[in-house]
Amino acid sequence: MSTKRMLTSTFAYIISFVAFVCFIFPFFLLIINSFKNNGDILTNPFSLPIHWNFVHFVDVVDKMNFLVTFKNTFMITTLSTIFIVFFSAMAAYHLVRKPTKYNKTFFTILVASMVIPFQSLMIPLIYIYGAKLQLIDTLPIPLLIIFYIGLGSALSIFIFHGFIKSIPVEIEEAARIDGCNTIQTFFIIVLPMLRPITVTIAILNVLWIWNDYLLPSLILNEENVYTMPVKMKVFSGTYMNNWELLIPAILMTVLPILIMYMIGQRYIIKGVMQGSVK
Amino acid sequence: MKHRKKALANWGNAVLFLGPTTIFFAITVLVPFIYGIYLTLNKMDTPSDPLVFSGILNYVNAIKDADFWSSLWLTLKFVVATVFFVNLVGFGLAYLVTSGIRIQNSMRTAYFTPNLIGGLVLGYIWQFVFVQSLPAMGEKLGIEWLKLGWLGDPHMAFWALVIVTIWQTSGYMMIIFIAGLISIPRDLIEAATIDGAGPFRRLVNVTLPLMVPSFVVTIFLSLKNAFMVYDLNFSLTKGGPFNSTLMVSMHVVNKAFIESNYGTGQAEAIILFIIVAVVTGIQVYSSKKMEVEA
Repeated sequence: MSTKRMLTSTFAYIISFVAFVCFIFPFFLLIINSFKNNGDILTNPFSLPIHWNFVHFVDVVDKMNFLVTFKNTFMITTLSTIFIVFFSAMAAYHLVRKPTKYNKTFFTILVASMVIPFQSLMIPLIYIYGAKLQLIDTLPIPLLIIFYIGLGSALSIFIFHGFIKSIPVEIEEAARIDGCNTIQTFFIIVLPMLRPITVTIAILNVLWIWNDYLLPSLILNEENVYTMPVKMKVFSGTYMNNWELLIPAILMTVLPILIMYMIGQRYIIKGVMQGSVK
Repeated sequence: MKHRKKALANWGNAVLFLGPTTIFFAITVLVPFIYGIYLTLNKMDTPSDPLVFSGILNYVNAIKDADFWSSLWLTLKFVVATVFFVNLVGFGLAYLVTSGIRIQNSMRTAYFTPNLIGGLVLGYIWQFVFVQSLPAMGEKLGIEWLKLGWLGDPHMAFWALVIVTIWQTSGYMMIIFIAGLISIPRDLIEAATIDGAGPFRRLVNVTLPLMVPSFVVTIFLSLKNAFMVYDLNFSLTKGGPFNSTLMVSMHVVNKAFIESNYGTGQAEAIILFIIVAVVTGIQVYSSKKMEVEA
């Protein structure tokens, strides 16, 4: 290896390490300060805790109503994602294999709808489902799930559509000759082949729904149906500048998703990569 | 008879496969969007008021709303700053972690981490950084510009938002760029090297033109994210100090739900939609034309 080459690679190591520190240090601060009292946080935010204090976590679990909030978020995220994945796969399959004029138009509308900002839908959504149909007060969680299915399907269908186009139709024709009807062909032959892209779509939707704030903040008005971001917002208003409670609360809000990332990081990165290539 | 049975089966399949999506899409996107346009033609302060036809009054109010235009102008500045830096940093990181250094996989994992967390919570995390940690650090090391509370200064608060957005989204763009970079045929790079092109020439004349499809995606995503920014804006600065960082999304939310002016808020949301649609449309169309074949 020439000196010049070595210099370049040393330089690359230094830059990537500096970037690493920049990307990680807020998380690092969060972890070390979650064990401290207010006094220590204010004077020494960068030092390791002198006394490791777990008491604030216990406090936060109680004050955030953590178990209920977690359960709500988990339920809304999983149910919405399952429905989005399932319905989008079916729709995309039909749109690819039956390219009639109606279907092509429908696909174009779906793709075009992706540029609609949520801000131009939220007022009519509140108006129709809140003021007119009174569903926001009576059935907030099912309504939220329905909204996520509707708002999430365009992108998911778009990604499925690109993937299904690359599957050779001959496999399905063989199944057809063996006596499968369209429904059987889809569930027995096509659906298993969609597994890699299904993982991608599930990940993208989970990350979006789990972290979403604006929509749930408009729909969920009762404390017992709050999701984690909505709860975090309320919590931060109640305990403003009370960092010894806020920091453990933030940490506990992000922890579930960080644990998921540690377990499935290979799939997540691969998934995002596949989702981006049209 | 057989024909009719087949037609019926086709119709049944269409209903089964497309039906659920059509219904959910219609009731959450299509109908609200069209109904939303109709709403802008009516006077409505709160959702419980009866609709009274008012022509283009809401649009006139929106155009006369100086705060709307200043929030839009601020959003445009934010869009330009974040689209530029997010793509620059994202591409830089992708270039770095595909350059063959040994620790690249763990670096990739680390750079992507901020994406897992939503804008709202990230805002609270960075509030701690800007309000507590950096001033404490400046105090210890005697660095003047760290001592200032960034979020209390109108100019710095804007850049605080930009910095957090870069930190949050460049890892995502990095992944898209990596996908593009690894699909560039190696022999093209080798051919350029044999022809005497240095690393910089290779980057500008070979790699970048082949990366246009990736840039189409990343610029589209960063444009759309920047125009619609709300969560981070809300939790990090709340639009302050003195509304100096109040972006257009937050303005629309405040207009409708806090000032109780649904009609004008919706008209402003429709104007926002038109701007986003035109800008992203031009972007996708013009950059598609720049694509080259390998």
